Amino acid sequence: MRIFAAESEILAPLATGWFLENAWLIPVVPAIAFALIILIGKRLPMKGSELGVLSMAISLVLSAGTAYQWVQRVNGASEEQFVSPVVRSWSWWQSGGFDFGIGQHIDGLSVVVLFVVAFISTLVQVYSLEYLRGDRRYTHFFAALTLFSGGMLAMVLADNMILFLLGWEIMGLCSFMLIGHWWEEDANSRAALKAFFTVRTGDMGLLVGISMLYFAANDWTQANLGLSGFSIRGISAWALSGEPNSSVITIAAVALFIASIGKSGQFPLHTWLPDAMAGPTPVSSLLHSSTMVVAGVFLVARLYPVFFVGLDILGSGGNLIVIIGGITIVISAALAFVQNDIKRVLAYSTVSQLGYMMLGLGAGAWLPAVFHIFTHAFFKACLFLGAGSISHSASHHSFDMKKDMGGLRKVMPITFATWIVSTLALCGVFPFSGFFSKDEIIDNVGYNGYNTFMVVGLIGAFMTAAYMTRATYLTFFGEPRGASAGHAAHDSHSAHDSNTAHDSHSAHDSHDTHSAHDPHATPHESGLLITVPLMILSVLALSSGFLNATPFGESWERMKLWVEPRASVVFEESKSGGPGESLNLVAGVVSAEDSHSKSVCGSATPEEGVCYAPQLNHAPFKWSKAIMSMLIVFAGGAISWILSMLVFTKRDPRVAGLTSRIRLLGLGHSFLVNKYYLDHFYEKVVVRSVAYPISRAAYWFNQNILDGVLHGAARVTTKLSDWVYKNVDQRVVDNTVNNSAVLTKSVGTAAQPTQSGRVSQYGALLFSATAIAALVLVIVNT
Amino acid sequence: MFVNQFLFLAAVLFCIGVYGVIARKNAVLMLMSIELILNSVNINLLAFAMRNGSTDGHTFALYIIAVAAAEVGVGLGLVLLVYRNKKTISVDELSEMRG
Amino acid sequence: MIAQNIGFWIIAATMVVAALRVVTTNNVVHAALWLVVVLAGAAGQYILLAAEFVAVTQVLVYIGAVMVLFLFGTMLTRARIGSDSDLNNSYKKLGIPVATVMLAAMALALIRSFGDEKMPVSDNIVSTQQVSDQIFGPYLLPFWALSFVLLAAVIGAIVLARKD
Repeated sequence: MRIFAAESEILAPLATGWFLENAWLIPVVPAIAFALIILIGKRLPMKGSELGVLSMAISLVLSAGTAYQWVQRVNGASEEQFVSPVVRSWSWWQSGGFDFGIGQHIDGLSVVVLFVVAFISTLVQVYSLEYLRGDRRYTHFFAALTLFSGGMLAMVLADNMILFLLGWEIMGLCSFMLIGHWWEEDANSRAALKAFFTVRTGDMGLLVGISMLYFAANDWTQANLGLSGFSIRGISAWALSGEPNSSVITIAAVALFIASIGKSGQFPLHTWLPDAMAGPTPVSSLLHSSTMVVAGVFLVARLYPVFFVGLDILGSGGNLIVIIGGITIVISAALAFVQNDIKRVLAYSTVSQLGYMMLGLGAGAWLPAVFHIFTHAFFKACLFLGAGSISHSASHHSFDMKKDMGGLRKVMPITFATWIVSTLALCGVFPFSGFFSKDEIIDNVGYNGYNTFMVVGLIGAFMTAAYMTRATYLTFFGEPRGASAGHAAHDSHSAHDSNTAHDSHSAHDSHDTHSAHDPHATPHESGLLITVPLMILSVLALSSGFLNATPFGESWERMKLWVEPRASVVFEESKSGGPGESLNLVAGVVSAEDSHSKSVCGSATPEEGVCYAPQLNHAPFKWSKAIMSMLIVFAGGAISWILSMLVFTKRDPRVAGLTSRIRLLGLGHSFLVNKYYLDHFYEKVVVRSVAYPISRAAYWFNQNILDGVLHGAARVTTKLSDWVYKNVDQRVVDNTVNNSAVLTKSVGTAAQPTQSGRVSQYGALLFSATAIAALVLVIVNT
Repeated sequence: MFVNQFLFLAAVLFCIGVYGVIARKNAVLMLMSIELILNSVNINLLAFAMRNGSTDGHTFALYIIAVAAAEVGVGLGLVLLVYRNKKTISVDELSEMRG
Repeated sequence: MIAQNIGFWIIAATMVVAALRVVTTNNVVHAALWLVVVLAGAAGQYILLAAEFVAVTQVLVYIGAVMVLFLFGTMLTRARIGSDSDLNNSYKKLGIPVATVMLAAMALALIRSFGDEKMPVSDNIVSTQQVSDQIFGPYLLPFWALSFVLLAAVIGAIVLARKD
């Protein structure tokens, strides 16, 4: 390892530790727990859930340790030094020149997401202990949940794209299994299939992108770094090396982004996320709000150099990512207005927030987007778990706000308080966490020159405040309706209730575990196993923002210090130490006149060495901008509050029923209710026109050609065998046999006269034979 | 004297004997034809004995005479027995061994 | 020499004729008598071949004993006295060609092998002494075997011809 000491910096060797070196255990523990739950879970006293919770707790401890040691590592590095990730890799399988490895790549981004996943998984598993009590497939639920966590953790710390892909697919599988947990209802299984197939459509992009990157980058990475073209470090360095062909990297970036669109529910593949609410609420809060759906964002953040160069993020005024992100923010926020199902509101809100993250990434605001992943996980999970708490204890497993909720703030104080905290965080109110992340995104988007998109972000903030206020009003204020009023309204269970826990509903009559929740009891606060996670999350929703509180100055920007990869040029002679050995890279800085000089990474090819991350800009904080955005938020909240009061409670005749009276508004309303007719388009047009003809053609092919060949062969064989039977077997073979018998018989009959019993005849024959023999002998011997 | 004349004589006698064996129906006459054959063989032997100047042929001829006598004795005994059982000595009618 | 030749030819002709009469005559007794002629002629030939002992033995045994046996057999089997038309079987027609072919083959062989070879001229007649030396010398074993054969023949003939 060559240490290149530049002019001004002393390069410190980077600290490492047991947690950093052994971070690969973090996904392994849930994987083992999954196997154990499947094998022996049903026989355990808590039906396998104890294994799940335990494994997630262990992963949480491990990831906390890893985070701590990473922080130490960063603190121990000198300024501007590239803090190289702790990478360990093992060769898994080699064939035909391809080397597939598994390994870990621990850097700031991995640490953040690892912690988030482990933390939320642990809380959700604890929550599920109470929420799914008595469920028909309790053990398998925990198995799938544990496997999901293992898969996502594996994906997060993967050091190469193949392991990344593996984790991605495991997540998709578990999402399918968990959404369709109550697959006996047709709507649930359809939702699960829709989720799976929509994400799968995007996964085409992932495969294309990975392959393209491999084939494009492999030569360079092998030559310069000794890594294969699957390695994430290798790809990042290659992208910033100026080497790649611009159209290749652009197409690869677009392909990978298509996968992100599918997984993270961006327009136009967002249609699966609201339907995914058919799964149990813990699933919604874990997968479809805080962890799985950020996998797409994570992909972009992880391979950021590819997108940075391929889509020219800081150079152009608009690129694919910001456009898609911007569209997603607005359309999903609009859809959130017309939902009656509380989980659907939250689902659309998630889509919208994911749009924010994409917007941030697309505009070069890498750190704010990653920070938003962090904060969003907490408050969104809290909101979902709160909705679950309401359905569990108040609205009799209904999620319909208009029919079964209302006035719950009095009976569910803890749920109400955590909900309010999380909503304020979501809306981005100071000092809740959302302010520090979401506003930073909007700020940096504008700072990097994407002004139209900054406006879009602000409009989105307005709409977010508005629809959340509407939802809050309908749920917690006003008069109790339906189940919240204590009416066990069985007939009001419409198709909506495909989202609800029908099993625990029927379990009411048969299981004693619901004795505490008499179906006809009045709404009440949920038990501790539900409210404690809520409280923990709301505290975090309040406080996590201070990890990167830009308004208070540089020293408060911990997240930026620890997580953001520094855009310094790195010199190394990479020697891969044997399998499992970690590479300790020591970075050098080219020339540093002042310690905050901009590195060439991202904007130009470094002359010597490699770059792993592009140089990004950070908008300086201005209180004026912050106050303006807060005003927008308050305006949205206030307007929505007033309208909600007028429409829902007071039933003001001027406002209520507006959409049925004015045709244009009515059309707009139905357009929104039908989700822009996108589902209709996908299912009836795209699927029907593509899948049905193909399936019909395939069926025709199968019946006529494949089966035809078979039948034809059978007919030919039958005819041939008939012919053979008649001609060869009957005529030739049998005749041969028969005739040989006849021949023998006739020979015998012909030879019979010689056995006449008369001596003179014998003598005659004897002597004639002798005579002839004598003659022959004499003649022959002439 | 040529050697061949004796040998030709023997050959002729032999062939006549063969004809007799084939053509005769009476068992006794068949035996007589066999005697002819044996005698032709004797002539042959003695002719060669003279040609070669040895007495082996004489010895052999004597033995043949002895054997022929024995054979005729037994043969006629057989013929008698056949006559007693079948009242005929025509060999054509002795065909129980037919296959 | 000439006398022997003439003697040979006369005897030979007689023998052949007699042999033919044996196989063609219709009378069993006549056939026996013709056989006697053949046998006598053979004895004569033996003398010409300087085999006196054998000739005498021939006369004694063959003509004396065997022929008598034949005649006895003829008598005991009630052979028809006089001409009997039923003495030839159906193979008569086969017999002539067979005999002819055989004769031809033998003739061919004889001519090829011996051609014009002449008998060695010698005056020494084989004496009885010489013959007996042979019999009781090198050919002793066959002599003993022959005695057994004769014994067996005698016993066999007695057994066969018994009236039980």
